[in-house]
Amino acid sequence: MFITSAIRTLWLTFLHLFHKTETVQYPEQKPYLAPRYRGRIVLTRDPDGEERCVSCYLCAAVCPVDCISLQKTSEPDKWTPEHFRINFSRCIFCGFCEEACPTSAIQLIPDFEMSEFVRQNLVYEKENLLIAGTGKVPDYNFYRVAGVTAFDKEKGMALNEAAPVDPRGLMP
Amino acid sequence: MIGVLIELVEATGILLGVTLLAAGLTFAERRLLGFWQDRLGPNRVGWQGTLQIVADMIKIFFKQDWTPPFADPVIFVAAPIIVLTTVVLGFAVVPITPLVGIIPDMNIGLLFFLGMTSLSVYGVILAGWSSNSKFALLGGMRAAAQMVSYEVFMGLAVIGVVMLTGSFSLSKIVDAQTNMWFIVPQFFGFLPFLIAGIAEAHRLPFDLPEGENELGAGFHTEYSSMKFGMFFVGEYASIVLISSITVVLYFGGWHGPFLPPALWFALKIGFFIGFFILLRAALPRPRYDQLMSYGWKLMLPLSIANLAITGALMLSGIG
Repeated sequence: MFITSAIRTLWLTFLHLFHKTETVQYPEQKPYLAPRYRGRIVLTRDPDGEERCVSCYLCAAVCPVDCISLQKTSEPDKWTPEHFRINFSRCIFCGFCEEACPTSAIQLIPDFEMSEFVRQNLVYEKENLLIAGTGKVPDYNFYRVAGVTAFDKEKGMALNEAAPVDPRGLMP
Repeated sequence: MIGVLIELVEATGILLGVTLLAAGLTFAERRLLGFWQDRLGPNRVGWQGTLQIVADMIKIFFKQDWTPPFADPVIFVAAPIIVLTTVVLGFAVVPITPLVGIIPDMNIGLLFFLGMTSLSVYGVILAGWSSNSKFALLGGMRAAAQMVSYEVFMGLAVIGVVMLTGSFSLSKIVDAQTNMWFIVPQFFGFLPFLIAGIAEAHRLPFDLPEGENELGAGFHTEYSSMKFGMFFVGEYASIVLISSITVVLYFGGWHGPFLPPALWFALKIGFFIGFFILLRAALPRPRYDQLMSYGWKLMLPLSIANLAITGALMLSGIG
């Protein structure tokens, strides 16, 4: 019957007066962001403090909105980018660049507070993007990871190469 | 001379009080709706958002006051004035306490109230018509049909109270409730009256004239700035008016133990205003044909039956 259901609805709605509100009072009260939250993009360094980025252009290629622009350096035997530029007014924080990156250089971190009054200021250059630490992947160095067996070389036997990881091992 | 001055001061005070209360209601409603939807509502301007009304007033005064070129300019301007004026005039007959009230003992007080609510329909219809736009016109037509059909049993429901009192004067009606509120003998008159009152104030769930998801904003689609503000204040003032008339007719007006009469009146009005806001938070809008069938097939027979039974009991000497 309409009347009884209407009265029940009124009562249930009234009880919400005593419920806890869902609102987060934002500037004073920060919301919890998950560790894998896809926010501001950073460029990380390996545990030795060297830049991880090897200018492979995979991030720029996979970016659906073309917001990443980079250029490999012209110096011989160096692979670091000469410039690395992300236009955050275009970025949609999809995280494809992070997935594509073979060296875990580019990472998305739990931070979204990057509002600007001037749109130009949303274009981040390499010095704005590069951080001092390793980001979410603490002990990974692309050049040190055990490669493959080749000719007379066993896995992990080359210069600077780490011993192969036991993929079935559970211990940290 | 002094008497006239006192009357003037009293009338101005009630007018100001009603307008300020209506403005304050916009804030109270948003806060309460927020809590009922597990939100906080506006709480930034001033202490707990209490200055939100001031901010809204400043905003609405400085908006562009625009009359669309396709509208009928004279009626377009007159319509919000009619709505606000008639609603505020309705307060003239409301007895607030034994001493406060502009003309509470007017011998046709109840008829005056019914007349004023009927007149305010004209404001809504004229607004819809003079806007010369399809959404506004549809809203105005819905308002006309809704108000006419709900006014019929609003008047019939009230007759029960008038029969028990033997007077149309609202202060006499309050006096007659010294021992027992009319909600007890007239419960089935109270229900149609309250529902008709909600429809008269075109509040949810009976806000079909506005119906924002299907008609834009209904009859006030084309209005901006303070012309819209007058509709807005008029709507909230009519909530206060319907609440006070309900309290006067069925809940004993200022009567109540221990507390002073004015406080009792304010408490009772506040209860009904809260109920109106709760209705908005809880109930969906009925379909148009449902609205009509509730009115004509359920509420009208109910109020006629209430009237007949009240009359029969009175004639048999019980009531």
